[in-house]
Amino acid sequence: MRYDATLNVNGRAYPVAIEPGRTLLSVLRGEVGLTGAKEGCDDSECGACMVLLDGQPVNSCSYLALQADGREIVTIEGLAGEDGELHPLQQAFLDQGGVQCGFCTPGMLISAKALLDRNPSPDEDEIRLALSGNLCRCTGYSGIVRAVQAAAAQS
Amino acid sequence: MSAQSYTAAASVDEVLEAMAAGARPIAGGTDLVVGARGGKAPLPDALVAIHRVSELRGIREQDGGLVLGALATHADIVASSTACELFTALADASAIVGSHATRNAGTIGGNVMNASPAMETGGPLICFDAVATLRSASGTRRVGLADLFTGPGRTAAEPGELLTEIALPAPAPGTGSCYARLEYRRQMEIAIVGATAVVTLDGGTVRDARIAITALAPTIHRVAEAEQALNGSDASDAAVRAAADAAASASRPISDVRGSADYRRAMAAVLTRRAIGTAIARARGGRFPIPASPALHGAVNGGRA
Repeated sequence: MRYDATLNVNGRAYPVAIEPGRTLLSVLRGEVGLTGAKEGCDDSECGACMVLLDGQPVNSCSYLALQADGREIVTIEGLAGEDGELHPLQQAFLDQGGVQCGFCTPGMLISAKALLDRNPSPDEDEIRLALSGNLCRCTGYSGIVRAVQAAAAQS
Repeated sequence: MSAQSYTAAASVDEVLEAMAAGARPIAGGTDLVVGARGGKAPLPDALVAIHRVSELRGIREQDGGLVLGALATHADIVASSTACELFTALADASAIVGSHATRNAGTIGGNVMNASPAMETGGPLICFDAVATLRSASGTRRVGLADLFTGPGRTAAEPGELLTEIALPAPAPGTGSCYARLEYRRQMEIAIVGATAVVTLDGGTVRDARIAITALAPTIHRVAEAEQALNGSDASDAAVRAAADAAASASRPISDVRGSADYRRAMAAVLTRRAIGTAIARARGGRFPIPASPALHGAVNGGRA
C-alpha cells in the first residue's frame, strides 16, 4: 500500500505517494528527481547519502521517507543560490582540490555545512571529526579539510 | 524490505494501540532500516512511527538524577550538561555512537531495545542503575537495565511493550565515570571491546566501584570480581590492574571479522584499565574531554590512564 506524504525539499513542496519501506534517499532520487545525494554503501557507513533534515545531517539511506513527511529537507541541490551561484563551501571545494571523482562530495558538503552552521570557526581536529562519518577514497581528505578551513575563514 | 502498513502516532496511547495490533515501533531507523537494507531482518510488516510523540521526547532532571525520554537522541544526551557532569560515562558513550548523522537520528530507546552486546550506552546505563519503563495496552512496569538485556538482540520486553523512558538515579557524591572503547576509526564504529567504570571515592578510598564489559559476552554485564578488587582499595595502580585483569578473565568474547577472541580478551584488560583510570581521575575532580575514547588514544591527556 502507498501512503501520501509531502516532502519539503530545498524550500519546495513535493507531494509523493510511497510504500512504507521506501527510504528517503530512494524517494529523493526516484520520485523527487534530485540525484545529488548518492547511494554509496547503503549501510549508513559512508555518508554519501547525507541530507539535512530539519537542519541536522541524517543518512537518508537509512531513514524512512514517510517519517520525513512535512519536515524540511536540504539536499546538495539546495546549497547553491537561485541564480546558480555556488555556496562558499562549494567554491572552496573547487578552489582547494577537494573534489576528485565527486561521489562523496554531496555528503561531504552537507556535513561541512552542518558543521559551519553550528561552529563557524572550527579547528582542523573539529573539521576532521565532523567529516569522519563521510568516506572519500580519492582525495586523501587534505583538500577537503583545506576547503572547509577556507570557507570558514571567508564567512 | 517488506513493511506493508504504516502509521505515524501522535501519542503514546496511539503507539500502544498500534503495537497491541501487532505493529512494531520505529524512531530514528538507524538500526531497523540499516538491518533491513543489509538483509539482517526485513522491516516488520506493520510499522508505527513514534518520532512525533512529544511525550517521549526530552531529558528532564528528577530527584538529582535524570529521566531520558525514549526519543532522546545521542546528540541530546551529549548536549545535556547534567548528563556530562553526573553521568559522564553515558555522555562518553553517546558521543561516539555512529556519526553526527547517526547521533541526530538515533535514540536511546532504540539503542537499548536493539540490545546489541556491542552497544555503547549499555554499560554506562547498567552501572548507573538505570531503570526502563515499559508500557503496553495492559499496563506499565519498570525493569532494571541489567535485567532488560537477555541475549544478543533480545530483551525482557514482551510483544506490545514500548520503552517510554529510562530513569537514572542520582549518583553518590564523589562519583566519577568513564566509558572507553577499542575502535578502528572514530566514527561509524561499534565497540570491538568496551569498558565502563563508575567509581565513588570517599577520601582516598574506593567506596563503590561498578565495572561493566561490552562486546565481550552475549550481553553487556557487570563483573563482580573486578568491582571487589577495587572496593575498599586506595585506588592504587595495583588495585586498578587487578580489577582490569578480573574483567578480562570474566570475558567470553567471540572471534569475528572485527577481532579474534584472544585479542578481545587481551584488550579487555587494557580498556578496563583505561576506563577505571579515567573514572578515578574524574572522581578526583579532573577534567577529561568527552568522549574519553579518542582522548585515550591521543595526546589530549598525555596518553596516560
